[in-house]
Amino acid sequence: MLKIENLHVSYGGIRALRGISLEVPDGKIVTLIGANGAGKSTMLRTITGLVKAESGSIRWNDHELLGQPTDRIIGTGIAMCPEGRRVFADLTVLENLKIGAYLRKDRAGIQEDLQSVYDLFPRLKERVWQMAGTLSGGEQQMLTVGRALMSRPQLLLLDEPSLGLAPLVVQDIFSIIKKINKQGTTLLLIEQNANMALRTADLAYVLETGNITMFGTGADLLADEKVKEAYLGKHKN
Amino acid sequence: MKRNRIPQFFIIVGAFLLLLAVVLMLDNVPGVPVMLLIVLRKGAIYALVAVSMNILNGFTGLFSLGQAGFMLLGAYTYAILTVPVENQALVYQRYPNGGIGFSVTESLGRVLGQPGLLLGVIICLILGGIVAGVFAYLIGLPVLRLKSDYLAIATLGFAEIIRAVVQYEKLGPITNGSNLLSNFTNFSNFHLGSLKLDTVMPFVFAGVCIWVITLIINSTYGRAFKAIRDDEVAAEAMGINLANHKRMSFIISSFFAGISGAMLAMYQASVQATIFKAAMTYEILLIVVLGGIGSISGSIIAAFLFVGSSEWWLRFLDNTTVLPNFNAKLLFAIIFAAIVVSIVFLVVYRQNKAQKSRPEAVGRGRKILSLKLSGVITLVVGTLLLLGDLRFLISPDLQVPLLRSGFRMVVFSIIVMIVVLFFSRGLMGDRELPDLFRTRHKRL
Ligand SMILES: Nc1ncnc2c1ncn2[C@@H]1O[C@H](COP(=O)(O)OP(=O)(O)OP(=O)(O)O)[C@@H](O)[C@H]1O
Ligand SMILES: [Mg+2]
Repeated sequence: MLKIENLHVSYGGIRALRGISLEVPDGKIVTLIGANGAGKSTMLRTITGLVKAESGSIRWNDHELLGQPTDRIIGTGIAMCPEGRRVFADLTVLENLKIGAYLRKDRAGIQEDLQSVYDLFPRLKERVWQMAGTLSGGEQQMLTVGRALMSRPQLLLLDEPSLGLAPLVVQDIFSIIKKINKQGTTLLLIEQNANMALRTADLAYVLETGNITMFGTGADLLADEKVKEAYLGKHKN
Repeated sequence: MKRNRIPQFFIIVGAFLLLLAVVLMLDNVPGVPVMLLIVLRKGAIYALVAVSMNILNGFTGLFSLGQAGFMLLGAYTYAILTVPVENQALVYQRYPNGGIGFSVTESLGRVLGQPGLLLGVIICLILGGIVAGVFAYLIGLPVLRLKSDYLAIATLGFAEIIRAVVQYEKLGPITNGSNLLSNFTNFSNFHLGSLKLDTVMPFVFAGVCIWVITLIINSTYGRAFKAIRDDEVAAEAMGINLANHKRMSFIISSFFAGISGAMLAMYQASVQATIFKAAMTYEILLIVVLGGIGSISGSIIAAFLFVGSSEWWLRFLDNTTVLPNFNAKLLFAIIFAAIVVSIVFLVVYRQNKAQKSRPEAVGRGRKILSLKLSGVITLVVGTLLLLGDLRFLISPDLQVPLLRSGFRMVVFSIIVMIVVLFFSRGLMGDRELPDLFRTRHKRL
């Protein structure tokens, strides 16, 4: 279980997170929605140690993650898909996936997981030798998710996996997210597509300018008038 | 891929042995042009140092310009350790009791004969690499925090400092100050029966080193280097420790630069700090860019082409040739002006285009940087040359040299600019020689 308490993060004076507390229970899909610049990506970057926090605590299975270097944090079973399809453009699809398993030593297990990634994304299997930079946007997004799965994480952090994808592909991505979760991975999902995210998630948080303003089950928030107005683009009538 | 790796390995080893046989023959058959042998020897050494630079610049994406400094460290370490004891008084004339009082190669050679001498050379080459690597380790931590351009400047500065320190009077008893180190064990000390090994040995040493580098590049470690090159943040998010990996890449690159520096000392049979100037690093950078940033075979091919051109084929450009009459001079000036103006125009045009196109297409800062660099170089070189050659309009009896000493470097600069502007991926891009035979197979 991931438990964040009273987390403060600033970028040289700009306060991005102002005392966030949230929990990600094991085996669940938790989503974090919020407007542009609310601090969602900052939160994931802080969990993985890419950004240093000012104060607060991030506890993961009884480890304190704050202050740990990123490679140590990734080694504890957390994987992250950064925002914006950051594939290794001049490496092949296969090499990208192998980088995902960089901290692992068990060759047999890596081969197994390679197979299960191919099962989730048959498109990637057809393109193992292709340079990742030449993949289509959707394929790149699949690759970043597959790459993160290659570390066999207990907790997977996804930053806007549906960004810029066609509606049909978005559906695919979300059904894959559910599948990954069924296979036993806990997910913390950041989304602009609040509708899909709330439908998929067990629990949801709303983040507004660095503060958590709402919390509930996905279905609760989906039905909430304020959420509808602000994030689902539906007006009261 | 796994399946055809083993035959491929044997093909490469076989081809290399064949190459060695040819080189050995060239070395020992009368009538082979000396220039060819020189190009082969120096080319092998430059191939190694270019590949070592490619580890950093091509595979890890760190723009470093310290290569000459690390070569110097390797060269001096090697030379100091191998000057035979009885020659030390002669070599260190200006420093009574100079020299270290022993010689690794000599001691081993006395006990074990030729094999001992060879063992000594190998040990000292490796020590040269280790000294370079240790320095890389020490300066790595502060320097590698810097971003691209600053890293280049810092490493360039480091190389210059090393060059100055080695020539420092107080270090004279060891480094011989600003004087030549010579008389140490070199390639011509080795024979196989009556066969000379002057050219084969640099090939063997460079070949083995490059093979090791290839293994590193293709290991999980090497893959992590490439990931850092492609996207630092994503690489870090995969659990790759950036500081450690960058430093490791820096150390490996410097280690092999050190070895190549030591080989250069062996090839020249003498060594002096003054040759390891920034200009040497630029030559190596040029080879890397010409061969293709991120291609090992590209660097090797380009190294031989470069050394061949600069030592042999383009030598004539440095011989002063004077234009006969006024009309020829005028024609020359006009053509020359046209060339310079059109290159400047092209540079500016390309630069504008590059900046206007989508940001992700030009995300690679180094492309823009090299465009800017080449723009500035063209402008400066072009203007200076043009001014020089237009003087004859004022005083018609002035001699206008068509070719003159230094012209070779101008031609090189122009070649580099053309490559950077139109073939920015170099000879090979980031592909390797075997890929050329495999591409079709792969696409299907
Ligand atoms: N490196 C940085 N330096 C300074 N400010 C930053 C930096 N990174 C983010 N910020 C600021 O912190 C705030 C939160 O950014 P963050 O990237 O977390 O937003 P987000 O919720 O992920 O937004 P989006 O939905 O647009 O991705 C923004 O105001 C942003 O400008
Ligand atoms: Mg974001």
